[in-house]
Amino acid sequence: MVSRNAGKLRQHLLIVLLLLFYYSAFTTDVYADDFPMISKQRRIELHNLLIQDCGSCHGMTMKGGLGPALTPEVLKNKSRQMIEVAILQGRPGTPMPPWNILLSKDEVRWLVDTLYSGITP
Amino acid sequence: MNILFKSILLVCLFNLLAACVSLRGTGDLGVVIERATGSVQIVETTNATILKRVENLGDLSHASIVYSRDQRYAYVFGRDGGLSKIDILKGNIDHRIIQSGNSIGGAISQDGKLVAVSNYKPGGVKVFDSNTLDLVADIPAVYGDGKQLSKVVGLVDAPGQRFVFSLYDAGEIWLADLSQGKTEITRFKNIGRQPYDGLITPDGRYYIAGLFGEDGLAVLDLWHPEKGVNRILDDYGRGSKKMPVYKMPHLEGWAMTEDYAFLPAVGRNEVLVVNRRNWKQLASISVHGQPVFVMARPDGRQVWVNFAYPRNDTVQVIDTEQLQITKTLKPGKAVLHMEFTPRGEHVWVSARDEGKVTVYDTDSFNAIATLPMTKPSGIFFTSRAHRIGL
Repeated sequence: MVSRNAGKLRQHLLIVLLLLFYYSAFTTDVYADDFPMISKQRRIELHNLLIQDCGSCHGMTMKGGLGPALTPEVLKNKSRQMIEVAILQGRPGTPMPPWNILLSKDEVRWLVDTLYSGITP
Repeated sequence: MNILFKSILLVCLFNLLAACVSLRGTGDLGVVIERATGSVQIVETTNATILKRVENLGDLSHASIVYSRDQRYAYVFGRDGGLSKIDILKGNIDHRIIQSGNSIGGAISQDGKLVAVSNYKPGGVKVFDSNTLDLVADIPAVYGDGKQLSKVVGLVDAPGQRFVFSLYDAGEIWLADLSQGKTEITRFKNIGRQPYDGLITPDGRYYIAGLFGEDGLAVLDLWHPEKGVNRILDDYGRGSKKMPVYKMPHLEGWAMTEDYAFLPAVGRNEVLVVNRRNWKQLASISVHGQPVFVMARPDGRQVWVNFAYPRNDTVQVIDTEQLQITKTLKPGKAVLHMEFTPRGEHVWVSARDEGKVTVYDTDSFNAIATLPMTKPSGIFFTSRAHRIGL
């Protein structure tokens, strides 16, 4: 009797968990990724920053200008960490400024993620 | 009744005919770049209206324009190496070529017959027939062991059918003379590290290059190129602190009044006032942010300043007599460029992230018109056609 109840309880729990998991997929932000701390509004701002302001030197399609190209093809052989450091701290001896005054580490990671997957203007 | 109908029809026909043959000049026209959509808006400044949009111009993320001397054609230099000749009367693309992989700007010759483009990739300058866009001269920016090509910046026209430009990677200024039907190059080496932009004074005499890699400015006197390149304003630049610069100031925007030149400080929230005779700094004016364009109203009485990200929602006006800020305006997010009407009664201001261009009366500072556009950036009026270096 006891073991049967326990089995039922476990079944219930499983269903509840499954339901929770199922609902969570819908109730959390549509961006169920590594960046829950970055709001939808902020993502729009960052995307605009990437294309418009970074694009001033790297080209709006990231094919390069005064700054180097940052397309997925170019980036695939480079370390993510190096790119993150370049954005956060700038690159001495080049016009690339340090962005750590204006952007958080998470925001920079999000930008780098976006660059690696390729931007769509 | 029949007669009335017929006469109405006749009037209609006449109007239609008149519309077909109606003439207009182009002296009050201009072009505004819509950088994100690869399009431009043809505008007119008399009533501050949009006339027509022209599309399919490629990547316009750092686009600029020069005009044919008849002020009918606008040559658009795109980031993707595109060179487009737009007929601003017809409102269409007259001719378009892709002349390189990556370009940054251009210039038109003294006689209006040649259009030159400065390229990042492959580094150099290409010169085209302004009528047909056929290649006239190819000037690869070779340096070092002769195998490397430098990015080319700061290309301007100079009197005597010459073009002047700077080699970013090589630290050189080149003077290209096309007056004799061939291309004769004079190279000036070791002018300073990483020249990033250049300007020519409105009289066409001095070519000045800004240096990213060190402080000071490189100057070439085009009346005496044999004297070589000299340095002025040794303190001009980022200084020892090397403040981060989020947008390099544009040199083309340097405001020159009779006595003073107003320069954007690099990395500091200041506009510098410099004596034009001896290039000594007289004063610095504290402003809202890092200045990008510092432009004088055509009469020289006011200087208008816009700013780098993230303080780029503001424009300030400096009185050139008192050397003080007399007005602060908020045209909106991401103010990128300003252009005065030919005699300066109005100024057009583009606010990229607001999607609009605002036209201000420069006397009352009232906004007299707002024109919706998609991510507007550079504004270029046809009055540039007759100014050296623009």
